[in-house]
Amino acid sequence: MSLSITSECINCWACAPVCPSTAILVSPEGLFSIGATACTECDGAHADPQCASICPVEGAILDAAGAPINPPGSLTGIPPEKLQAAREEIAAR
Amino acid sequence: MELPILNREQTPAGGCSKSACGTTTDQMTHLPEAIREKVHNHPCYSEEAHHHYARMHVAVAPACNIQCHYCNRKYDCANESRPGVVSELLSPTQAAKKVLAVASQIPQMTVLGVAGPGDPLANPERTFETFEEIAAKAPDIKLCLSTNGLNLPDNVDRIAALNVDHVTITINCVDPEVGAEIYPWIFWNNRRIRGAKGAKILIRQQQKGLEMLVERGILVKVNSVMIPGVNDAHLKEVSKIVKQKGAFLHNVMPLIAEAEHGTFYGVMGQRSPTASDLQALQDDCSGDMNMMRHCRQCRADAVGLLGEDRGQEFTMDKIEHMEIDFEAAMVKRKQVHDGIEAMRAERKTAQETAQETAPEAILPQGCRPALLAVASKGSGLVNEHFGHAREFLIYEASPAEVRFMGARKVPAYCTGAMECGDGETALDVILDTLSDCEGVISAKVGIDPWAQLEAAGIQPYGEYAMEPIEDAVRAVYGEMIKSGRLESTDAMISQAG
Ligand code: SF4
Ligand code: SF4
Ligand code: SF4
Repeated sequence: MSLSITSECINCWACAPVCPSTAILVSPEGLFSIGATACTECDGAHADPQCASICPVEGAILDAAGAPINPPGSLTGIPPEKLQAAREEIAAR
Repeated sequence: MELPILNREQTPAGGCSKSACGTTTDQMTHLPEAIREKVHNHPCYSEEAHHHYARMHVAVAPACNIQCHYCNRKYDCANESRPGVVSELLSPTQAAKKVLAVASQIPQMTVLGVAGPGDPLANPERTFETFEEIAAKAPDIKLCLSTNGLNLPDNVDRIAALNVDHVTITINCVDPEVGAEIYPWIFWNNRRIRGAKGAKILIRQQQKGLEMLVERGILVKVNSVMIPGVNDAHLKEVSKIVKQKGAFLHNVMPLIAEAEHGTFYGVMGQRSPTASDLQALQDDCSGDMNMMRHCRQCRADAVGLLGEDRGQEFTMDKIEHMEIDFEAAMVKRKQVHDGIEAMRAERKTAQETAQETAPEAILPQGCRPALLAVASKGSGLVNEHFGHAREFLIYEASPAEVRFMGARKVPAYCTGAMECGDGETALDVILDTLSDCEGVISAKVGIDPWAQLEAAGIQPYGEYAMEPIEDAVRAVYGEMIKSGRLESTDAMISQAG
């Protein structure tokens, strides 16, 4: 049972200090990942997985089944279609 | 450091009657002596000091515990002093090394701030370790930090123990309903808490932190981001409350929101305030409160005088190769600081004598005030070419006083042959940015921009190179009166609101 970090991660460090199991790993290049054996999904320590509760980036943390815990739009409040439209508009400039 | 109390009764009829007015040099006049002493050399808090002293920020604190709608954690935050996670993150030891390197190369550097890239108090160990190292090695450097306030109450004692004498809290609201429009969530007590509920906790922590700092005699500045239609009307209330609780400065900054920043406000098309919206709100908020108008919203790794950033000279790579004789540097620092103080004192005496010998009766009372833009690269002098200016300092001149209104950033008109092709558009932006000014004072102006400035009704003045800014502004205002430019009273007054 373990959560995982995707390439959406922006290496902001927020998750590392709040993990009760010291399961967040930082590579020498500063890339973040979760140690699969160390991660307890915060079971017994907290009601919610801590890393996923502080992470500011949608889609950066996946649950054990591989689904994003914070899906698009859930943290920023920006509707995904709006973000897409803004991206296209900027790309077209 | 005696800062003479300005004689407010001198303010003539028709002049500004707000108690926040003094000359710019003396915006701090009504503060208690102890506070004036603390801010005298602080570029961010003393408008006059900011011409002479430099500050630096070190990016040691990456994590954040809240989300603001004007921030995208991935990129440089345009609103708060935050360089974004991609910029160079330093360990406390590296940060200390960088500070000592800068302290010896730029002896005018008197202030070290930790402002991010996340929230310093969401990374308390990294932040405090950095401060401890600096306090031990370079005790002449003042320490300050900026925070969103969420973890402030828990850290106040540590802040006090480390002699951090300035704290900035970003307070955008005191009403959770307004807060819900600014902060989508906070991380608190091991949970993500959304909406008004989260905002309510954040507001409570900010206010409690503010009170606790004031109790301990630590200077508190409050920053607010002005978001039209969200908190603009509400900020007067914020200003009143934080002032009552003892904040010594309130700094209202304009929201910066562009779609390419990927922030909620940027993508959703939230508009930013115009320069005159901002000025009107700052005037409304001022009352007895010191409003800070020279803030540049600098990055969390900025180095140098306000308005300049020499960060690129001090990347970790370069610092590794620098030889630093810190003892010699401390001696040099002392000399430079003494020199600056001597110059400031001299200039002050000169100004006072000038005021005594040339009574202000020379200026006909009752003339309307005028806004003038100045190009300066520091030391309080008119010493920047129009074409090189990255920002203009805006002054309001009236028969009674010369008042600093703020700095406005512009793209440099000409940054050398390479980019001169962009000159046209850059000049348009400058003309637009300065559209409410009646004159621009710089060390030099080219023929082309001169003509265009004149055509736009902004008179260029090039004959005050190397003069102290306030003297130049006063002289230009005198010229304007003489030439009869200020005779129509209505136009400007309605604009100055
Ligand atoms: S789920 Fe909990 S234990 Fe697992 S990495 Fe996240 S914070 Fe650590
Ligand atoms: S909090 Fe999220 S974005 Fe930040 S380092 Fe952890 S996984 Fe990456
Ligand atoms: S507190 Fe600062 S770093 Fe955190 S979300 Fe707000 S602006 Fe960004």
